[in-house]
Amino acid sequence: MYQENANVISQEKVQGGYHVLTLRAPLMVSAVQPGQFVHVRVPHMEESLLRRPFSVYRAEGDQLRILYKGVGKGTRTMTFLQAGDTLDLIGPLGRGFPPLTVGRYPVLVAGGYGMAALYLLARQLPVKGVAFFGGRTAPDILCVPEFEALGWEVQVATEDGSLGESGRVTRLLDDWWATREPKADAVEAYACGPNGMLQAVAERAREHEWTAWVSVDRNMGCGVGACLTCVLKTHTPGGGWTWKRSCTEGPVFESREIVWEEETAPTS
Amino acid sequence: MVDLSVTIGSLKLKTPVLVASGTFGYGPEYADLVDLNQLGAMVVKGIALEPTKGNPTPRTFETASGLLNAIGLPNPGVEGFIEQYLPFLRRYTVPVIVNIWGRSVEEYVAVARRLDAADGVHALEVNVSCPNIKEGSALFGTDLEAFKRVVAGVRAATKLPVIPKLAPNVSDVGAFARAAAETGADGISLINSLPAMAVNVETRRPELANVSGGLTGAAIHPFAVKLVWDAARAVDIPVIGIGGIASAREALEFIIVGASAVAVGTASFTHPPTALEVTAGIADYLERHQLPSVAALRGTLKTN
Repeated sequence: MYQENANVISQEKVQGGYHVLTLRAPLMVSAVQPGQFVHVRVPHMEESLLRRPFSVYRAEGDQLRILYKGVGKGTRTMTFLQAGDTLDLIGPLGRGFPPLTVGRYPVLVAGGYGMAALYLLARQLPVKGVAFFGGRTAPDILCVPEFEALGWEVQVATEDGSLGESGRVTRLLDDWWATREPKADAVEAYACGPNGMLQAVAERAREHEWTAWVSVDRNMGCGVGACLTCVLKTHTPGGGWTWKRSCTEGPVFESREIVWEEETAPTS
Repeated sequence: MVDLSVTIGSLKLKTPVLVASGTFGYGPEYADLVDLNQLGAMVVKGIALEPTKGNPTPRTFETASGLLNAIGLPNPGVEGFIEQYLPFLRRYTVPVIVNIWGRSVEEYVAVARRLDAADGVHALEVNVSCPNIKEGSALFGTDLEAFKRVVAGVRAATKLPVIPKLAPNVSDVGAFARAAAETGADGISLINSLPAMAVNVETRRPELANVSGGLTGAAIHPFAVKLVWDAARAVDIPVIGIGGIASAREALEFIIVGASAVAVGTASFTHPPTALEVTAGIADYLERHQLPSVAALRGTLKTN
């Protein structure tokens, strides 16, 4: 874990309110693992006492990229950053995605900027499987050529049918599973996106006996495990439960560990 | 070289800048980013007799220059703390002040007695003022007689320096400060978070699951300065000033109105090395004003 002043190299508008921020951040790049995040002190927000967490999208050479959407106060302020600005980062933080179990077939499921959060994982996994990307509308589908260039098959669904199949991403997942060779390798799923999508993946994992790693998105305070803001309920052996910190014990959890009854209803 | 040292009872601090309870975990959380040995003291998150899970989420909400929280004092219990965290803290030279709380005088006394026998604890901060615990604890901070019973109980249970942390929501903080001193406290710390709440107007629901919580951060600093001034004038025992310190300037305000030491809280979330930068800033200030020590600055407010 480091605190590093990163220089903004570029800020690029991609599509549909999404931006890619490229930073020179050698310490972050040297240590980042797939699924980890950086905690950003957004400049020009002196009234805001908390940092904002962002999944790492890409990390190459000494350059770190963050793909984000300007939706809240922090992210909207981020969109004004320009080349030459400095950004104070703490990271890399959190427990990211574990490596693929030998003999398993990897499946990625992502919604919105969750696609970017799976890029490092997609690059690192030794087997390239199938990726299911979903969004409300076409501009919410990101990074498809990059995943295909890595050797992944990408299937797309949008709720309004403007790109790929019409409907939710979990429909693609169900169709794929229904036609799959029964003797094929066991599935190991990796998911990042809205909570309802994660829960829908968790339900399929339970039903079909997959291992499923989900990256949760919680309001976060300190990012290092001190403030206990970002906790979620997890099962303990013997039928009990305990809070776990998504910043340090997550953000990636095996889907069976999460007490989903405490989460919002699934969206599929 | 200016003298930054501070004495609170038998507790000797190398610098007057501590990290406040609840904002720095139990030590390991920030150890990669901050040299703990450079802190005046490490005040760990509140410890109770039994493990406590804390409140449902959402537990915090960001306000203008402030942070609203109702974490609910989750902690591993006194035995859990001794097993899980004290061995780590013993590897450092930084004095460890354990913040303790309970739902009855007996619980406070039991925690104090257990920590008195533990190796690596240097003082106890008695939390009588967390606004997020419904049973009893808030009462100990606002009812003078209940406050005295808790402080006297803890005092009798330990030889460690005892530092009650005063509630801000009282009409006469000086009375609580005097009661602490008369009951044998070695120092006092203030302020704890201010009772506060925020409402989402679209949903008409409170922003915190606990409905209300405590406000911390820059927003409460001037309020804290006034209470520290009132408390420091009421007693001769050392006062630790807490509330909205983000730079040396806010810490110096506390010292000028009478605080012997200060603690950095919420600002550590924003910028983990804040306490160390505040320490350096205080030293610079003392040199610039040709003062030999932080003690020489204490209580030098000019009001005429």
